[in-house]
Amino acid sequence: MKKFLIRRILISMILLVFVSMIIYGIMRCMPASFVETKAMQLAEKPGAKSYEEWLEQLNASYGLDTGIIQGYFTWASKAVRGQFGDSWNFSQPVLQKFSSVIWYSFALSLAAFILEIIIAIPAGVAAARKQYSMTDYSITVFALIGISLPSFFFATILKWIFAVKLNWLDLYGIVGRMHQQLSPVGQMLDMAQHMIMPVITLTIVSVGSLMRYTRTNMLEVLNSDYIRTARAKGLPENRVINRHAFRNILIPIITLLGGTLPSLFGGAMITETLFQIPGIGYTSYQCIVAGDIPFVMFYMLFSAVLILVGNLIADILYAVVDPRVRVN
Amino acid sequence: MANEENTNVEELKLDDARRVKVLSPGMLVAKRFFRNRLAIIGMVIIIIMFLFSFLGGALIPYSQSQVFYRTEEMKKDYAGATYINDYLLYEDKDAEIPSDLYSKSILAITKKQAVVETRGGGSLALRPLAGDSYIIYSAEEIKNPRAMKSQERKDAAAESDNYFEYDDVSYIFDDATGKELLYRVSEMAVICKLSFTPFSEETKLGYDFYKGALLAMSEDDKKFEFDGASYTIQQDGEATAMVLAEDGSDYVYISNMNMNSVIGGVFLTPDFKETAALAIEEGKESFEYTNADGETDTYLLSEKSGQHLIARNQETRVIDTYASPSKEHVMGTDANGMDLLARLMYGGRISLMIGFVVVFIEMLLGVIVGGISGYFGGWVDNVLMRLVDVIYCIPSMPLYLILGSIMDHYRATPTVRIYMLCVIMGSIGWVGIARIVRGQILSLREQEFMVAAEATGVRVSRRIFRHLVPNVVPQLIVFATMDLGAVILAEATLSFLGLGIKYPAASWGSIINAVNDSYVMTNFLFVWVPAGILILLTVLAFNFIGDGLRDAFDPKMKR
Repeated sequence: MKKFLIRRILISMILLVFVSMIIYGIMRCMPASFVETKAMQLAEKPGAKSYEEWLEQLNASYGLDTGIIQGYFTWASKAVRGQFGDSWNFSQPVLQKFSSVIWYSFALSLAAFILEIIIAIPAGVAAARKQYSMTDYSITVFALIGISLPSFFFATILKWIFAVKLNWLDLYGIVGRMHQQLSPVGQMLDMAQHMIMPVITLTIVSVGSLMRYTRTNMLEVLNSDYIRTARAKGLPENRVINRHAFRNILIPIITLLGGTLPSLFGGAMITETLFQIPGIGYTSYQCIVAGDIPFVMFYMLFSAVLILVGNLIADILYAVVDPRVRVN
Repeated sequence: MANEENTNVEELKLDDARRVKVLSPGMLVAKRFFRNRLAIIGMVIIIIMFLFSFLGGALIPYSQSQVFYRTEEMKKDYAGATYINDYLLYEDKDAEIPSDLYSKSILAITKKQAVVETRGGGSLALRPLAGDSYIIYSAEEIKNPRAMKSQERKDAAAESDNYFEYDDVSYIFDDATGKELLYRVSEMAVICKLSFTPFSEETKLGYDFYKGALLAMSEDDKKFEFDGASYTIQQDGEATAMVLAEDGSDYVYISNMNMNSVIGGVFLTPDFKETAALAIEEGKESFEYTNADGETDTYLLSEKSGQHLIARNQETRVIDTYASPSKEHVMGTDANGMDLLARLMYGGRISLMIGFVVVFIEMLLGVIVGGISGYFGGWVDNVLMRLVDVIYCIPSMPLYLILGSIMDHYRATPTVRIYMLCVIMGSIGWVGIARIVRGQILSLREQEFMVAAEATGVRVSRRIFRHLVPNVVPQLIVFATMDLGAVILAEATLSFLGLGIKYPAASWGSIINAVNDSYVMTNFLFVWVPAGILILLTVLAFNFIGDGLRDAFDPKMKR
């Protein structure tokens, strides 16, 4: 187990090096639009230096005057020591910005994650119990609609209903206009209220795959011999399902959910952007559009780490939860 | 079931009627697939989508980037009119004009003096006429008792005029100060608060005409001569008058109003000015005027701090934005005045095309890499799978966004963007297929048929792509169908964020992009809802089909 872990982590490290190289290369292909825009602004000020001079100076100060390869090693040598530099777009250290926005994303993703589990697992089990029944069809169709829904379209419909027509919720943002005047509890509730539509969007869009995964696994389990045995013993159907079958589908489900745990920190870029929730996803979106290399590098690398950690957790859980599997 | 019954029959013959129907595996799959209702629904939706996008796009008379216009009644300013508050000076070209003529004249008028001195040392004298008009003379004081006592002077004084002619010399007398002063004068200019508008643009008016008209207006006979022709004045009000030519036709319009057109290239006819001035004097809010071509228009009058505005309702051609669904535009029009139905059809073409092209690229790369990796194993497998891992680690949506903004920066044309999008999405999405293919081939290559293939000396490439890969096809088809939906969704999301397909090329995602303007979101549902439903239906249909195919290929799941 230990050997397996060490090997996996080492491989992950090497992968990260290549991933960061590719992303850095691509980011540098973005022809420094951030610096150009800034130089343009600075040059327009009265009595300022010319655009070319500013461009040169800014390129030097942002470390863009070196070649891509040299630039990459400069960046990497700092990144290894945990120095990700300052975000250009927000003019503050990347890590500081990151730690100030990550919890919005986490809260959003966690709420959606919990809702997803609460809805998807019972629904998936119910669908499998009565395969090809009306329940099964409606749950399958619902799950597929969820998978097929464009999140931006669904979010717009939600906004139209709840913000425009019913006027219950705000269109954008994480806090209301009166946020500063509220008590601490009120502020929490205010934020929670602004999270409602994003959470619904995220849940509906992502609930389908878990639902179908549960259904498929439940069907497989229900076809196995020990279920036939349990039924043959004359156990009530509820007991067969809830005890014998359900415990066995927990293995694949826990493996899957364990693997997605790290992605709770990854943020939901599209949903956050649509509702302007200042989480990691929206922040990165702004940085990508502005061409903020330090922040985007950090975010992409962070996401890659999350994916790798997720895979690792899934593999470990697979071995831990199911004793039949031996790690090798 | 049927053949079991048949075996019980004694005389068993293999004639056509009794032949057991055996279905090929492919047919079995097809049969199971067509029994799945959801899959059939999916098929129908996809067929409709194809007809809608490709056939519909060919049938619809509009193109995706055709801009439509509508005419709209718009109130447009036509002319402005102000009462003339400042004196206008019409100078005699032949006379010698002192530089401060205008200011001294105004001074004289306001102080009600008949004679003032100019800066040049000379004097100027004013002769008042009716309606705040004056003739200005250069004056020289003289003593001429004979003239002073003449009958002409008495006649002038009787008419409360201060000008008279005696012995072919013009005089002005001034008795305001108590002393009787006499000046010998010669004309320099006329000053008045009137404007002269000739009927035809070619007519040039001279000083003598102005003087003659002004004099005639203050006299009874209302007639004067200019350039050998005689004119008659027809007075409408105190300060507006029409000068008629000898033949009785309108020649020049005189008014105390300055009226100018605010639209370039429009000549306001005196006739129009007369009508407008009358309406303004009477305080009307609107008036009608029939122009020379016989067209009658209604003009609206408004007044703002002494400035009278003459406006006219005019038909203007404007871009037909956000037109509601109508017979002409079944789905309405968008922000650029383009027909939404046409855009939905062309957008469908792009969305479907991108889906298929991307999935084709993914397949090609995935099958080649996965096949090679799975067949050879060892270090080849290791290297290729690490490559797959690297690409798998890169979060795809942010990467698409970055590449989209790079294309923005290089100002890629819409067509280039479409191709680039296909290539980018294809070259990132293949890793999933590579993994599936490799996993299957790893187990398949150990089977007997592969030993047989090797023993018969089949080439390696043939072994991989003719013997191994076809065994993976069922999984591939299922994966590809589901992936089609996912790719269309990703493209729509990118286009929605404005980093995918761009104007003027249409895509379902970029049509919904309009909701970024919350006014459109709130008021023009017909702009964004149909596109969203089309995306949903298409992706859903691909998922239905993929689901049906999976069930059909893998009947183990049936109870």
